[in-house]
Amino acid sequence: MTAVTAPPTTATTKTATTRGRTTTTPRQKVTWGGINFVVVALALIPVLWMVSLSFKTPTAILDPSFVPAQWTWGNYTQILQTSTFVRPLINSIGIGLIATLISVVLASMAAYAVARLRFPGKAVLIGMSLLIAMFPIIALVTPLFAIERSLGLFNTWPGLIIPYVAFGLPLGIYTLSAFFREIPWELEKAAKMDGATPFQAFTKVIAPLAAPGMVTTAILVFLACWNEFLLAISLTSTTAARTAPASLAYLSGSSQFTIPTGPIAAAAVVITIPIIIFVLFFQRRIVAGLTSGAVKG
Amino acid sequence: MTVNAPVAAGTEAVREQAPGHKKQLSEGARAERRLGWLLCAPAVIVMLAVTAYPVIYAIWLSLERYNLELPQDVKFVGLANYGAVLSSPYWWQALWVTVLITVISVAITLVLGMLLALVMHRTLFGRGTVRTAALIPYGIVTVAAAYGWFYAWTPGQGYLSAAFNEAAPLTAQFQAIGVIILAEIWKTTPFMGLLLLAGLSLVPEDLQKAAMVDGATGWQRFTKITVPLMKPAILVAVLFRTLDSFRIFDNIFILTQGNNGTESVSILGWDNLFNALNLGIGSTIAILIFICVVIIAAVFIKGFGTAAPGTDIDKR
Repeated sequence: MTAVTAPPTTATTKTATTRGRTTTTPRQKVTWGGINFVVVALALIPVLWMVSLSFKTPTAILDPSFVPAQWTWGNYTQILQTSTFVRPLINSIGIGLIATLISVVLASMAAYAVARLRFPGKAVLIGMSLLIAMFPIIALVTPLFAIERSLGLFNTWPGLIIPYVAFGLPLGIYTLSAFFREIPWELEKAAKMDGATPFQAFTKVIAPLAAPGMVTTAILVFLACWNEFLLAISLTSTTAARTAPASLAYLSGSSQFTIPTGPIAAAAVVITIPIIIFVLFFQRRIVAGLTSGAVKG
Repeated sequence: MTVNAPVAAGTEAVREQAPGHKKQLSEGARAERRLGWLLCAPAVIVMLAVTAYPVIYAIWLSLERYNLELPQDVKFVGLANYGAVLSSPYWWQALWVTVLITVISVAITLVLGMLLALVMHRTLFGRGTVRTAALIPYGIVTVAAAYGWFYAWTPGQGYLSAAFNEAAPLTAQFQAIGVIILAEIWKTTPFMGLLLLAGLSLVPEDLQKAAMVDGATGWQRFTKITVPLMKPAILVAVLFRTLDSFRIFDNIFILTQGNNGTESVSILGWDNLFNALNLGIGSTIAILIFICVVIIAAVFIKGFGTAAPGTDIDKR
């Protein structure tokens, strides 16, 4: 979870580099094709290995070949039948969505103020979000564990949602304030001239314009929540609130004596699928978000 | 209610600065200021409730002897926990492992990230495909990827182990650290690459062309033009990667559980809390990690002149 401020100008990258290089020799094509292939292969091989493992039968698991000799859906049917995985999957989706929604709403308000309004304490707010973005989460695990136990929040959805919102906020404030600066604010003035209060100008005029930035931010925050592991294993004790990544360690094999490699691999693939879908659909938004105000989960 | 206390104090402090200027402020400016605070307040309250208050509480816990197994024996012991941790070989071992992993993985990630950024910036075709592929390691759940590496390096089961003559690297300290670093690099290079790509797009193409006309080689152009112009982007990316790597937890937790001398400071702190149930020592380690992070950030910002990210937000 980190934040960086580089101007949000990745959109220009494309035109700037392709211009003035219209002639490509076949040799250049082969070279770049080779380089691209290496990059794609390095990114995908570990993922494909996971997929391959998830389709291996319990006996084939002990065969190190990259492609399964026998294919089976068994690992998937097994994990999707046990509440050890299905319940955490539901928790992950629920906690992730709620935390994302709250973060984006609160961060939008703060980012609007940072981007648009003059008020003392702005530098403090930015410094504070920066500090939180870089915070060593382990430093919070001990006290949060103790606090949540005494407040009855331990092992509940809110017990994870609240910290996730707190860590989603710095990410959201950075990304959104970068997006908000790009909005044509004259429209806001026009609305104010027509008699709108600053609050109305915000909700009626600016918020709809800000929607794309908010979607991007929501994706980044959701990915961060989906990915989170340390708090998820520390602040939960049963499947009541345990999230999917934290549940991997609790999966068992088809019998008590089988090593649960196949089910774990299948579960890992299941929790990876949403990421791949996000990346395929929102590639440009994610890149714009990461390079504008941006962050890592 | 206690959770809100420091928050209220914080906003009061901000408000107190106000009266001095109040007389010169117009009605509109005052309304703007009030709206600014109002809009920021919820975010500030949540962030402080989840971080500032627990950190203060952790400082308090770190001064106590507090083991959950011995709830009767809670006692204020001053700095005794710090003495215990700082004189323990486990802390120094974990710190050394963490620093080793951080330095090596950040250095390699920087080089590979730069190469990735150059490929994404310069490639003649398939830019979208490369970018999509690169985003997958960034987005993938660290724990899921870590299991992939774990099985890949398990003898008799994994393709990488088989490729290296049934190697079992996770059972030996330095080899296990090597696998942890590999997993870190695979996961974080795309993030580094994307941040550097943003910096790369700020380097004017004309400058490159002018240098090319003057006969500069590709390497000269890279070292004399691209890198100096990208310096702020590089430093910020390295700062964030360093701090992120310093708190490494997920990969080690899955790959070795901290066995065979691969414990990082985060793993050590977690062990003391959840295996030893020692809130006092666990909190002490947490506070020491926090201090380390502050030192790293300070060294970067003072030593390398990294503009603290966010400072430019105010100037605009």
